[in-house]
Amino acid sequence: MKSQRRVTAVALVLLVVLFAGSVASRRQVDRLRGTESTLEDVLYLSSGKTVKRFSLGYSSLLADIYWTRAVQYFGSRHMQHSYRYDLLYPLLDITTDLDPNLIVAYETGSIFLSQKGPEGAGQPDKAAALVEKGIRANPEYWRLYFSLGFIHYMDRHDYKAAHDAFLKGSEVPGALSWMKVMAARMSEKADDPETAAYLWKTIYETVTDKDVRGTALLHLTSLHAEADIAGLEQRTRLYRQEFGAFPSSWSDMMRAGILQTIPLDPNGDAYKLSPDGSVHVQDPAKFRFLINSQ
Amino acid sequence: MHAIEIQGLSKDYRVGFWKKKLQPALKSLDLTVASGEAFGFLGPNGAGKTTTLKLLMGIIFPSSGTASILGQHYLDPAIKKKIGFLPEQPYFYDYLSAPELLGYYAQLSGMPAQERRSQRIHAVLERVGLGDTGNKQLRKFSKGMLQRVGIAQAIIHDPEVVVLDEPMSGRDPLGRHEVRELMQSLKDEGKTIFFSTHILSDAEALCDRVGVIHKGELRGGGVVNDLRSNVAGKSEVIFEGAHGVAKVADLLSESHVTGGTVRAIVRSSDLDLLLEKLRQQRVRLIAVTPLQGTLEDYFLSKTSEKTESEAVHP
Amino acid sequence: MTSRLSAITLNTFREAVRDRVLYNLVLFVLLLVACAPLFGQISIGLERLILVNVGLSSMSLFGVIIAIFVGIGLVSKEIEKKTLYTILARPVRRWEFIVGKYFGLLLTLIVNTGLMTVGFYIALIITAHQLTRADALLLVAIYFIVLQFMVMVALTLLFSSFSTPIFSAIFAFALFVIGTFAEDLKNFAALAHGATKWLASAAAYLVPNLASLNVISQIAHEHGVSGSLVLMNTIYAVFYSAAATAAAVLIFERRNLK
Ligand SMILES: Nc1ncnc2c1ncn2[C@@H]1O[C@H](COP(=O)(O)OP(=O)(O)OP(=O)(O)O)[C@@H](O)[C@H]1O
Ligand SMILES: [Mg+2]
Repeated sequence: MKSQRRVTAVALVLLVVLFAGSVASRRQVDRLRGTESTLEDVLYLSSGKTVKRFSLGYSSLLADIYWTRAVQYFGSRHMQHSYRYDLLYPLLDITTDLDPNLIVAYETGSIFLSQKGPEGAGQPDKAAALVEKGIRANPEYWRLYFSLGFIHYMDRHDYKAAHDAFLKGSEVPGALSWMKVMAARMSEKADDPETAAYLWKTIYETVTDKDVRGTALLHLTSLHAEADIAGLEQRTRLYRQEFGAFPSSWSDMMRAGILQTIPLDPNGDAYKLSPDGSVHVQDPAKFRFLINSQ
Repeated sequence: MHAIEIQGLSKDYRVGFWKKKLQPALKSLDLTVASGEAFGFLGPNGAGKTTTLKLLMGIIFPSSGTASILGQHYLDPAIKKKIGFLPEQPYFYDYLSAPELLGYYAQLSGMPAQERRSQRIHAVLERVGLGDTGNKQLRKFSKGMLQRVGIAQAIIHDPEVVVLDEPMSGRDPLGRHEVRELMQSLKDEGKTIFFSTHILSDAEALCDRVGVIHKGELRGGGVVNDLRSNVAGKSEVIFEGAHGVAKVADLLSESHVTGGTVRAIVRSSDLDLLLEKLRQQRVRLIAVTPLQGTLEDYFLSKTSEKTESEAVHP
Repeated sequence: MTSRLSAITLNTFREAVRDRVLYNLVLFVLLLVACAPLFGQISIGLERLILVNVGLSSMSLFGVIIAIFVGIGLVSKEIEKKTLYTILARPVRRWEFIVGKYFGLLLTLIVNTGLMTVGFYIALIITAHQLTRADALLLVAIYFIVLQFMVMVALTLLFSSFSTPIFSAIFAFALFVIGTFAEDLKNFAALAHGATKWLASAAAYLVPNLASLNVISQIAHEHGVSGSLVLMNTIYAVFYSAAATAAAVLIFERRNLK
């Protein structure tokens, strides 16, 4: 029937146009609200316990949602090279209130929190508090002690506390024996590059978040370069002892038999040799955590 | 001009949850109802009466075929002002009173002016015998009262064609009589009435013409008086021996052979002659029954016939 | 057309009111009254906050419940009781029926919310002994709640145009819950890759964005809402609900009614 077909055609066209309109206006709404407006709700929540009470038994589902929000928030801030991560701790706190057994939220979340900006929120005290909360809820999970020790060592520089954390972790049944080794190193060798490299390597191997892994890798390459540079500078001093002046190029040193090949950094670029005998990396941007990289 | 003209209307229902099968409920119906006529649509339960009326009202859509009402396409919204419809077992908005309900329907039918509407509502309620229900809500109405409300809503906008699905069902004998009177008066006003029923006496009393539908097929129909005389003064003869039929064929007005058994209709005046001839052929007689000459006989004879498809595959 | 539409709208409203749908108002007032002693016990600053949160949240929740539970019956009840037959036998187009039903239920909800708003402001005056400019802001949150109803009524009507009441209720409620997390869905789409990303973005635009229509906590803390967001949200709600209604019409137009 004609009129029925007309109504169908009109309704179909309207449906398409109106839905397109809804998508367009939805984008505008999203733009006006910004990506973080949903997250800001956490600022109005007095505690995750209240949220849990209202979640009607679906708290672990809600915890997953909040964890996703935290990751998303961290990722977007990280990408903007921001130094402000105001919502991160409230998000993580509510996540772990909702599901106290969500280990990843403590392990990865504490690294988000503890690192200095722009890699992280620069809130190592809150990070330590978060992990301690995790340990209270999951005392049998020894790797949380590793996280705690890591934060104390790397960001809080509290070697005593780091030692205690590793030691306590090593006493948990099932803990791997290197926890005890780490505990011993904490008191002996503060600021030891080898220890730092070992810790970052563990982070790199256990954490799955790609931002954190990226940072860990940066730390590892920087540490590697630092060791290389220390060795090379020792050889340039050796060269001066023998020839009375610093070498002007790597080939000088190769001719003198001090080096076999031109030394390359972990990225495959040649190290730069300065006239004063100091050694640098080609591209300091790739070695953000190198001390005195300039 | 025909008031209603149905051309090849068919409806297959889809049944089953997963693999939907088509189940025919109406098979290519052709039917006309003349203007000003009362037409009875007869058929046993499940024959396809309601299906036909729902198709005609645009409540369901046909698998094929079309229809016109008062010369226009039956789905044309404009034509619907001139149609009144009473569904089978009607049930209305629980929380409205009868005048409110009729007011709503009057407005939907495009009746003008509030005050003319309320006069009309009052008159129609009087007419169906519900003049005194006041503000009582419909959920407090009895079944019979609801049926009256149903008829009232079908005629509130003074339609030219009134389509009623089983208007007499759910009624006590008195109520049935009242409905019959009401339909008669509508007919006297010159309205076309198309109604379905399986109560034959009602059709007999009211209708000019009837159509008999069975298993989705129109089996017969015509002017009521013809149909009646068709069977009046006739007898049904049942005998065994199909070989005898040929010799007496000129005496029979109808005959059906199933296996060795023959069922034949014969004018009562020819009955003696037929029986004599059959006796000569040594045919075994089983029964002789004089037919009453009511619509019921016609109806029964039509609905007990096998369908074409059944005749082919017994 | 307009007279038929308004007849269907008003009849839907009248039915809902007589079906005691508005009785939830009593519950709402009782809730506010029951909470009153509670407000007294909590320190000064929090009284208003809790009243606003309880008041606005229950307005929204009651409304959505009505939208779903009345909405699922709007079409199916008329089919079941065959009242729709007597309507379609009149010069009423099927789309007029759907649109009239939509406005009827929306009208019911607007009246319901209006009455709740009055009760809510009375409670506010009783607790705070005065009204401030911040209290006028609350009207924005209430307006957004009405926008939510626009969307939910349209969705419920869409489901009830082809499904049974139970399934319609389940679908509508599920979409309500997902819609509350609409922005998370979108963020998830941003994080995902490949087909998952594609599906998640499609889903993010298909579900109603109820997250941006819920500004209760923001308003309760006296944070304002920008005028352009009010405008954009209005446009969004109109487009979305109109699209859902068009889909309902599309389905209903060709449907064989039992
Ligand atoms: N919605 C439907 N789905 C599937 N089959 C149906 C449907 N409605 C009717 N039928 C079938 O179609 C056939 C005709 O039904 P219809 O209701 O038209 O009969 P009727 O003549 O009105 O019978 P009654 O006198 O009992 O009212 C029946 O076999 C019925 O089972
Ligand atoms: Mg029937």
